[in-house]
Amino acid sequence: MFHTRKWTLFATLLTLVAVILAACGAPADTGNTTASASPAASASAAASAAPESPAASASVAASASPEASMSPEASASAAASGAATAGGKLEIFSWWTNGGEADGLNAMFDIYKQQHAGVEIVNATVAGGAGTNAKAVLQTRLAGGQPPDTWQLHAGRETLSYVQAGQLEPLTAFFKEQGFDQVMPKLLLDQITIEGEIYTVPVNVHRSNMMWYNPKVFQDNNLQPPKTLDEFFTVAEALKAKGITPLAVGGKDGFEASHLFESVLLATFGPQDYTNLWTGDATAWADERVVTAIDTMARMLSYANEDRSARSWSEAAQLVLEGKAGMTIMGDWAEGYFLTQNAKPNVDFGYAPSPGTDGNFMWLSDSFGLAKGAPDRDNGLAWLAVAGSKEGQDAFNPKKGSIPARTDADKSLYDEYLQSSIAAFASNTLAPSAAHGAATTNAYQQAFHESLEVFSSDPTDTEGVLAALTEAVADLTR
Amino acid sequence: MQQAKAQNLAAPRAARKRRRLTRDRVIGMLMIAPSVIAIAVFVYGFIGWTGYISFTNWNTLRPDYTLVGLQNYSTIFNSLRFQTDIRNTIVFTSFFLVGCLGLGLALALLVDARIKGEAIFRSIYLFPMAISFIVTGVAWSWIFTPGNFPQDATGLNLLLSNLGLDRLQSAWITDTRILPGVRLGGIKTRLGVPLAIIPVVVAATWQMSGFTMAMYLAGLRSIPDELREAARVDGASEWQVFRRITLPLLRPITLSAVIILGHISLKIFDLVLTMTNGGPGNATDVPGLFVYDITFNADKRAQGAAAAIVMLVLVAVLIVPYLINNTRSEEES
Repeated sequence: MFHTRKWTLFATLLTLVAVILAACGAPADTGNTTASASPAASASAAASAAPESPAASASVAASASPEASMSPEASASAAASGAATAGGKLEIFSWWTNGGEADGLNAMFDIYKQQHAGVEIVNATVAGGAGTNAKAVLQTRLAGGQPPDTWQLHAGRETLSYVQAGQLEPLTAFFKEQGFDQVMPKLLLDQITIEGEIYTVPVNVHRSNMMWYNPKVFQDNNLQPPKTLDEFFTVAEALKAKGITPLAVGGKDGFEASHLFESVLLATFGPQDYTNLWTGDATAWADERVVTAIDTMARMLSYANEDRSARSWSEAAQLVLEGKAGMTIMGDWAEGYFLTQNAKPNVDFGYAPSPGTDGNFMWLSDSFGLAKGAPDRDNGLAWLAVAGSKEGQDAFNPKKGSIPARTDADKSLYDEYLQSSIAAFASNTLAPSAAHGAATTNAYQQAFHESLEVFSSDPTDTEGVLAALTEAVADLTR
Repeated sequence: MQQAKAQNLAAPRAARKRRRLTRDRVIGMLMIAPSVIAIAVFVYGFIGWTGYISFTNWNTLRPDYTLVGLQNYSTIFNSLRFQTDIRNTIVFTSFFLVGCLGLGLALALLVDARIKGEAIFRSIYLFPMAISFIVTGVAWSWIFTPGNFPQDATGLNLLLSNLGLDRLQSAWITDTRILPGVRLGGIKTRLGVPLAIIPVVVAATWQMSGFTMAMYLAGLRSIPDELREAARVDGASEWQVFRRITLPLLRPITLSAVIILGHISLKIFDLVLTMTNGGPGNATDVPGLFVYDITFNADKRAQGAAAAIVMLVLVAVLIVPYLINNTRSEEES
């Protein structure tokens, strides 16, 4: 009797442990199976040989066939119609969850649904209900071998850590098939090539090196928007004398100081040498011009608002709109903010390239990649085809307030500023943004933001920021 | 006769021992088994896993379980930011504890004075505790946002300027000063009190002092009136009654309050995130923000795990003696 009970208890506990272990273990197992299935899938994609399975023939093989030599749109639709029969799901991770970004994303979803009626789109960010936590959730799923089909990340070096972790499929062949390589600027393609391959499809392009100013303040004081760093300091001195904060800077979002600094670096180094700063070569940071740039940054901060650590970038932009500050340097999402405040371009706010960077276009780009071991790989590829298509980009970008990564966009869809940006993108020298992942890895961005934010709170500590930036170079290659 | 008595005593003890695995007990154990196992796996198991990760080289997206000993710990302890975080935690915890205990005791004594509308005051003081730290952080960040004072003040500074107290205006959460801000030996951070952390302490104290008051009030109510009466009859002054009778009897309450408030302040994350986001620079940064930033933004899992373990040790240093003390006094009674 006594023993029976003891054994019953023991057996029940054992069962419970087994059930819990099974519950935890099962998804990981499926993850492993999909992961091990992926090399075969990517092999067939790369070789674009005769497909082994009917499903694989849907998109890649269709566009690899002779008719792929037609115009990009034709091949895109060929891939699209092929995948239409596939059905199933498309799971996507994107942090565009509100405002114009979400509208733009939904517009792209609509196009996708038209072409692929049978496919159910699952936006994991929205479905999970915790947009703020999306990045952590995504990384957990990637580490656990359960990736979504596709997710949003910055094009450029930010993809490097995912590539090194073997979580992204190369898309260079896909770019050729879709003709993306014909319609995106060559310099952009070079700058998003990581270890010889392209891994993500850029959906949009934002410009980082923009200066936004208050035209009325400038007119009242007979000032012209500064074109060079020297002119900037002349203008700043004049504004300061009138009791107007010359430069509005934020800090609460953590990236405002590093954003300002990358524009200063670009102005100091020029596009070519600037781009070389981010290759992971520590000697590039021993250059004397780094010190010059840090000193320039310190001098600029002496003309900035003191309460910057309590202001977000938009609250800094608000100072310019209200005429309390003369200028702010921020990416062109600031234009979207101004428009939501019912401000008119060239009336309530003016814009120019940040001082000393005229003729250069510092870009950053949101993009989508294809997960290695994606559960619905064909649907994922079909999504990338939409995301890179003229139709998809022209649906998304006017709503998001950015420009397409393609140069063949329909300009009439875009507002005044964006049209000028499209023109600049096509004609200027491109340089990748460091603060926003085009030129840097996640690890480097974190260190870059942190050291510049500390510098912004204490601009006398030039040695500290130089040491921190030099130390962070190791983070550029992993 | 004596033997019989011993047998009589021994019989129930043996019965009790045998009853240990009666049906009721088995069912009871089965009932708690799921939560015991779940806690064992999802709390202690994951603490163990975090500890293991902190000794590995997993500092990219790709898991790397090569053991590297204490390398991650030495990396974070040598970084300016983590040193600053430790400094900030010490400053924040001590100010927060003193503020909450002092204010909580004062409020409790006032409310305990048999005033009219006691329930209303009690609710008013206790109410902030019902608000999430996120809301507190946002609201108090508006109050303590200095604006471009003195010309264009906002929040508290505007209030002060309207009262003609312009001299009291301050940079509050944007203050970059550290008092006294000395550098010591190989320590990278400047030692002292970062002034920007004071508003954060104020917000946290505002939120938690009502809770401390409630604890003290319960303590005050449990002190028998006879004790105080007896002291008064013996000719003790009110101050002596408070100092010699009330305060010593409140000691267990103070201990519990220190534990609860202390572990809140060591783990604080949401309040700082919404109020200052660690700024200006690292002046109000705390280990909680560091762990999140390093783990999920910089993808340095092992360093994040190491910092998390340091936080656990800090909390354990505070709580374990309390638990031991608690179990001991329970056994005694």
